[in-house]
Amino acid sequence: MGKRVGMEVSIAAAEAVKQANVDVISAYPITPQTHIVEHLSELVANGEFDAEFFCVESEHSALSVCVGAAATGARTFTCTSSQGLALMSEITYIASGLRLPILMIISNRTLSAPLSIWNDHSDAMSIRDCGWIQFFVENGQEVYDHVFVGYRLGEDRNVLFPVIINMDGFILSHVIEPFELIEQEKIDQFLPPYQPVHRLHPDRPVTMGAFALPSIFTEIKKAQEEAIRSSIPKILETWKAFGDMTGRYYHPIETYKAEDADTLLVTMGSCGETASVAVDKMREEGKSVGLVKIRLWRPFPFEAFKEATLHSKQLVVIDRAISVGACGPVAAELKAALYGEAQRPSVYNFVAGISGRDVTPSDFIKMVDKAEIEIEKGNKEGYEIYGVRG
Amino acid sequence: MTENLNVFAVRTLTQKEYFAPGHRACQGCAEALAVRLVAKALGRNVIIANATGCMEIVSSPFPFTSWRVPWFHVAFENTAAVASGIESALKVLMRKGRIPHKKIVTLAMAGDGGTADIGLQALSGALERGHDFIYICTDNEAYMNTGIQRSSSTPFGASTTTSPAGKVQMGQITWKKNMPAIAAAHNIPYVATACPSYPIDLVQKVKKAADIEGPAYVHILSVCPTGWRSAPELSIKLGRLAVETGVFPLYEVERGQYRLNIDFPKLKPIKDYIKLQGRFRHLTESMIDEIEKRVHQEYEQLKEKAKKGV
Repeated sequence: MGKRVGMEVSIAAAEAVKQANVDVISAYPITPQTHIVEHLSELVANGEFDAEFFCVESEHSALSVCVGAAATGARTFTCTSSQGLALMSEITYIASGLRLPILMIISNRTLSAPLSIWNDHSDAMSIRDCGWIQFFVENGQEVYDHVFVGYRLGEDRNVLFPVIINMDGFILSHVIEPFELIEQEKIDQFLPPYQPVHRLHPDRPVTMGAFALPSIFTEIKKAQEEAIRSSIPKILETWKAFGDMTGRYYHPIETYKAEDADTLLVTMGSCGETASVAVDKMREEGKSVGLVKIRLWRPFPFEAFKEATLHSKQLVVIDRAISVGACGPVAAELKAALYGEAQRPSVYNFVAGISGRDVTPSDFIKMVDKAEIEIEKGNKEGYEIYGVRG
Repeated sequence: MTENLNVFAVRTLTQKEYFAPGHRACQGCAEALAVRLVAKALGRNVIIANATGCMEIVSSPFPFTSWRVPWFHVAFENTAAVASGIESALKVLMRKGRIPHKKIVTLAMAGDGGTADIGLQALSGALERGHDFIYICTDNEAYMNTGIQRSSSTPFGASTTTSPAGKVQMGQITWKKNMPAIAAAHNIPYVATACPSYPIDLVQKVKKAADIEGPAYVHILSVCPTGWRSAPELSIKLGRLAVETGVFPLYEVERGQYRLNIDFPKLKPIKDYIKLQGRFRHLTESMIDEIEKRVHQEYEQLKEKAKKGV
């Protein structure tokens, strides 16, 4: 059993980066990610952590430094939010195409305009298709744990993908939570130093980042797509190994009182914990409601998701982002995942909690009630923005 | 360095080629020659980060490569940042004993667009952070790879596809951005200009840049027959004329001290340089005079700095 401490989540994230023996860190400050980089600079400045640490002149360069360092064989870390992620988005695609196992924590924050520093998932959705393994975590412990899971997984020679840990800005990044820290010896065993298959070094010259003509591009993309899809068993295996070490087991889709529920709330990120309180209340009132939480966003766990939801009558999907002119991006994804099934639940979609607006247990209850009424009326695939005033 | 220029001792260079023949550069491409010389100067213990651009495209159509040294292309505007990552990874991995200690030069390479325009921010950041690397700008004075569009390094008056000589505008209406001065303003240990028409000078500068600890910036004028509308066989001559007319003086800024590598008591008329290039075909006598005046003025300012040693 590791040491139990109370700590701000961003500080714990930085401690995890230190414990993971990261070699090169490059970042640019942006609210609400700043505490992670501040604490990392402190650790390096105090000589407690041997790493090359750079505060660069932009997020675009932050990820570019990681790409250069990872290609040279270093374990690398960066973190950002919102506009910063939008600025580095070009390089997110390249990092995946080059199959470099960089780890990035995103303190999720809304994208301008209007300017807002508060939490939602619009930043994460803007790079949804960049080809990274993408996790959404629910609490601070999960952030800390997934740093080790992420590196071991991304660096696995059968995986070789960069990894994103999405944590809700402020709601997670700035709160103090209890943590169970893992002993260093255990981590060193779980996560040995990175041994790249190829690295930039004069002893074995390689060309990396060559361009592809149309005659070969499709094949390369197919290989990337196959590789990320077939990383799911590896992800499960890594979680299993981590669970065996710590007693904390993770799954691509987490469920709560979902097995026999007619109505399932579907959430991603920290609001899952709030939703579970709402589920308890509704259960007390005799309602058949359960909760499904998406932890693994890419590669999308189609099978696990269907297994968790196909028995239900309706899904009430909470999106913390809008695909402007369409609907919530998670709901769109889930509808597509279920489309091939003859018997499938209705998907009612709420956009809620954007730009940090609080979503309380009673809000979840209201959304479930509203969805059930609408579906009853025949509006089976509805979409609305919840809680708009006026 | 000046004394060696008279001894055109190309044969003293290594026979080894690290930038292999068979790449797809145009006939008469002085940039390919510059890169070949840079590679010779640095030898095998180098890692190259190359920006998107001509040299990237001609040398790396998958599954082929012209590179016999480790070479990496990521994107257009971030080469200095990628090189920062390579350099810091080498440093930390050697410190932690994960790779053996030895001198490995980190080289970032980009064209004028990738340097003076889109890559300027990343370059400034890397120079300011003081990474131990060489940044080489191979300047062919426009976005040649995408079809000769103007950059901020395109000289005044040059016709490009986005600064065409039209009925009311006579080509590029702005003056060439002074990249070496911008690099020098970062107070880095070494800045130099070079041209493959002066191969020994170029090689010596690149070697010096490699020996100096900290960031070094080398700006290489690279004649582009395709974009300059010049005869491929004139590339070397044009490079020499650029230097002899004062358009592109060869100089170094070592720890803030300016040194002119070749000083011409009398510069050749700028017409000798301009008349060989189709991109200047539309220029009137008065515009040529205006260019010459400015070139002379800037040349005098440079001489002044060299004289004062600042």
